Amino acid sequence: MEYIVIVLSAILVNNIVLAQFLGLCPFFGVSSRISTAAGMGGAVLFVMTVAAIVTYLISHYILIPFDLIYLRTITYILVISSLVQMVEIILKKVSPPLYQALGIFLPLMTTNCAILGVAILVIQNEYTLMSGVVFAVAHSIGFTLALVILAGIREQLELVNVPEGMKGNPIILVAAGLLALAFMGFAGIV
Amino acid sequence: MDQAKNFTKGFIRENPVFILMLGLCPALGTTTSAFNGMGMGFATMFVVLMSNIVVSLIKNFVPNKVRIPCYIVIIASFVTIVDLVMAGFMPALHEQLGLFIPLIVVNCFVLGRAEAFASKNTLLSSVIDGTGMGLGFTFALTLLGAAREILGSNAIFGLQFIEGDGMLVFILAPGAFIALGYLIALANKLNKQ
Repeated sequence: MEYIVIVLSAILVNNIVLAQFLGLCPFFGVSSRISTAAGMGGAVLFVMTVAAIVTYLISHYILIPFDLIYLRTITYILVISSLVQMVEIILKKVSPPLYQALGIFLPLMTTNCAILGVAILVIQNEYTLMSGVVFAVAHSIGFTLALVILAGIREQLELVNVPEGMKGNPIILVAAGLLALAFMGFAGIV
Repeated sequence: MDQAKNFTKGFIRENPVFILMLGLCPALGTTTSAFNGMGMGFATMFVVLMSNIVVSLIKNFVPNKVRIPCYIVIIASFVTIVDLVMAGFMPALHEQLGLFIPLIVVNCFVLGRAEAFASKNTLLSSVIDGTGMGLGFTFALTLLGAAREILGSNAIFGLQFIEGDGMLVFILAPGAFIALGYLIALANKLNKQ
């Protein structure tokens, strides 16, 4: 039951992009095509889950026992950036097609604040390891959902005659705002 | 480069939020009021300025291949300083900004200045660039925060000027996207003239 609440809350009610404003750079950066948006979502799912597990272990077995919690930001970002590097090397060797498909998104993952944000939130909410994993997976699904929907809207927007001043970024932001408004409709369900 | 131009470019011409679209997460997440926006802006400005100084000082000693991890560690150290200082001296603001303080580390705007400017320029230019861009970021966040506060709660910097509730949607998440969309449209128009 606890897991169902975490999943519904992460995907629909507190959507990581539309309600918590994390990971906006890839949200606007790679949402021009549905296929690339889905690729980015897959990469985030993978890195976010592994990062949440590793930072959880580091936090509970190194930082807290040795009273080093003030080093949290530095250790987490180092762990995440080396993790991204490692995932890149492994994927290149094990599955070249997937590596090709993800392309530039993998190295960019280091500065995706959604990854670090979820790692910190797992610790702040005092989840167990299992809930933390569910939390990370659900958040990355929520991220992918928002990204794919926005990509769909943007593909349609290219065919529309937009007023001069609103061309480019402004109209995308307003579309994202309306999407966020739609997601607020889920507010009551958990 | 002309230093005065270097200083003023952050406000409109190369404003990190309105024109470059960098650092959007804190720009949208913390600007529920003008004061919160300003607090976040100054916190980020401190980190940009200090990391610009350090990066421009060590630029000749850091091997090219490991420069990004080095920059990230430098930035993370200053973010930790800001985090602890704010928790100690401004607990209310620290509570409001919450998660977004440690997330300054992954603000692409901060790393962008280190990589694109401080690693190639002299100390003086980097200080001016850090201050100018930091103030530009603060300006953008304060403006967005003020717009949302005026529309959303009929107040500015906490001063109520009309009785009653405003359009609540501007305080909530969707309003942030919409307000920023219109502000960017305005900045684009100003830039064209």
